[in-house]
Amino acid sequence: MIGEYLENLVNLVDAYYLQIFVNIGIAIILALGLNLVTGVTGQLSLGHAAFMSIGAFTGGILTIKLGMPFSVNLISSGLMAAFFGVLIGFPILRLSGDYLAIATLGFAEILKVILLNLDITNRALGLSVPLPNTPIPLPIYVWLTVLLVIAAMILIQNSRFGRALRAIREDEIAAETMGINTTLYKIQAFAIGAFTAGLGGCLYAHFIAYINPSDFGFSKSVDILNMVVLGGLGSIPGSVLGASLLTAAPEFLRFMERYRMLVYGALLVFLMIFRPNGLLGGVSVRQLVCKALGIKPRPRQSLSTDSNMEGRRVK
Amino acid sequence: MPLLTMERVSVRFGGLVAVNQLDLEVRQGEILALIGPNGAGKSTVFNLITGIYRPTEGTIRFREEMINDKQPHDIAMRGISRTFQTIHLFNELSVFENVLIGAHTQGKSGLFGALGGFLPAKRREERSLASLARECLELVQLDSKTEELAKNLSYGEQRRLEIARALAVKPSLLLLDEPAAGMNPQEKKELMELIRQIQASGISILMVEHDMKFVMGLSDRIVVLDYGAKIAEGLPEEVRFNPAVIEAYLGKGVSGQC
Ligand SMILES: Nc1ncnc2c1ncn2[C@@H]1O[C@H](COP(=O)(O)OP(=O)(O)OP(=O)(O)O)[C@@H](O)[C@H]1O
Ligand SMILES: [Mg+2]
Repeated sequence: MIGEYLENLVNLVDAYYLQIFVNIGIAIILALGLNLVTGVTGQLSLGHAAFMSIGAFTGGILTIKLGMPFSVNLISSGLMAAFFGVLIGFPILRLSGDYLAIATLGFAEILKVILLNLDITNRALGLSVPLPNTPIPLPIYVWLTVLLVIAAMILIQNSRFGRALRAIREDEIAAETMGINTTLYKIQAFAIGAFTAGLGGCLYAHFIAYINPSDFGFSKSVDILNMVVLGGLGSIPGSVLGASLLTAAPEFLRFMERYRMLVYGALLVFLMIFRPNGLLGGVSVRQLVCKALGIKPRPRQSLSTDSNMEGRRVK
Repeated sequence: MPLLTMERVSVRFGGLVAVNQLDLEVRQGEILALIGPNGAGKSTVFNLITGIYRPTEGTIRFREEMINDKQPHDIAMRGISRTFQTIHLFNELSVFENVLIGAHTQGKSGLFGALGGFLPAKRREERSLASLARECLELVQLDSKTEELAKNLSYGEQRRLEIARALAVKPSLLLLDEPAAGMNPQEKKELMELIRQIQASGISILMVEHDMKFVMGLSDRIVVLDYGAKIAEGLPEEVRFNPAVIEAYLGKGVSGQC
């Protein structure tokens, strides 16, 4: 009944805009996960899309084979991706900087080749994913997930756990000396990033209804990284903005036809020159809002400091 | 019973013996100074105690427990904290957050605690960590700069912030690596006062420092290191006139008042 009502509501929106809207939601989920790993913890990952593919195929196969309720399906996809995150995090998170980036890239490429050769993923033909088993329309599902992920990320960044992650980004030796088990925390951050990418992948698979391992290659990982860097590393509002802009921009540039990607690329370059720390890097959204409303921001001494006021270059 | 005991500890880097058969004891409640010419191996001793380097030989005990093969974070949890010779602050974070991170050892909540951050128990933990951090900042007189980024502090302030951060760990043994380096005479005087205050609060201190006036005025005992080996040990007045110490310093043309 509620499902029907929501369905009608969703049908009011023009299909084209609905699709952009949903793609933005999925991009936000992916960007927020990578932001935790790369922006907050400072571990450059070039293989985020690999975890998305694990979620996409897990979700797709579960729907095809078992027809389980979509919520169970969604969580399983996240957990499966997180499991792989921990599995490869153990050996590679000892590496730092460029080496870590290359290792994540290698993992993603290997995974793609494996998925392209498994029967259960239908090899290079890809998988058609049927409609999910849920009364709630998928667009609403996507945006509920977005809200939950945003809430979780805010809680994480304003906690002892989140501070430890920032400490690791700033100075790993000092972090260890303060009693932070850096290996454990990095693996946890990686697992959360993978989990959210798994969620995004599962939602994507059911929304697009067709998935192929090649959809989750290097360029997809770079797209997500672009969103995080453009928004401002470490900034939650930044990742949301970056994901929204970069998902919507190619659509709004459609009138330029074949010059579209050229203009898109040039815009990226210009933005990074004029705002090297990202659009919202070094901007406190809290303070901006307070200023706009004409109230004096309360100093935030009691609880942890403003984690939104961040954003810096990849080290 | 000594708080920390090193027995015949050596560490080699390739062919270089940076610390050579060192016996060292830090007693409960004392300020022990570790001095010696440049490159003598003093900072290496700190890195051995805090688990950043592993000894090639020998044993390190803290409260009777072997800590040779413990990870740095584990050693911090046991109550040893330190400052660094070259400043290692969390540069892009605020002064307050730097110290809050120091208070990490005093909290428990991890990932799931974070997701339940709105629960009263978690908020209580955050509040107690914050009040610990504020106390530490007051002690080093940085409580008026809590919201500044660590990188924007003056050099002397950064050194004090490192001490505040180390105190937030609630250590029973505090290691200070050249705390007075780069400070002016007034700052040094205040720092001496601060270190005495820390000692009075029951924390034992092992300190590396080149400023001899500072060392002589502050330490209960002194250990002298040269080429990784201990060449003298004793009360300040004993060490000051020890011929081996004078030679180690003068022989290398390093000025000192010993
Ligand atoms: N990780 C390392 N690898 C190789 N050699 C090292 C390493 N750490 C220290 N050393 C060497 O060990 C010796 C002792 O260095 P250490 O930093 O402990 O000296 P120090 O007594 O603290 O000197 P200073 O007063 O200049 O700070 C030096 O010769 C140094 O080059
Ligand atoms: Mg040194």
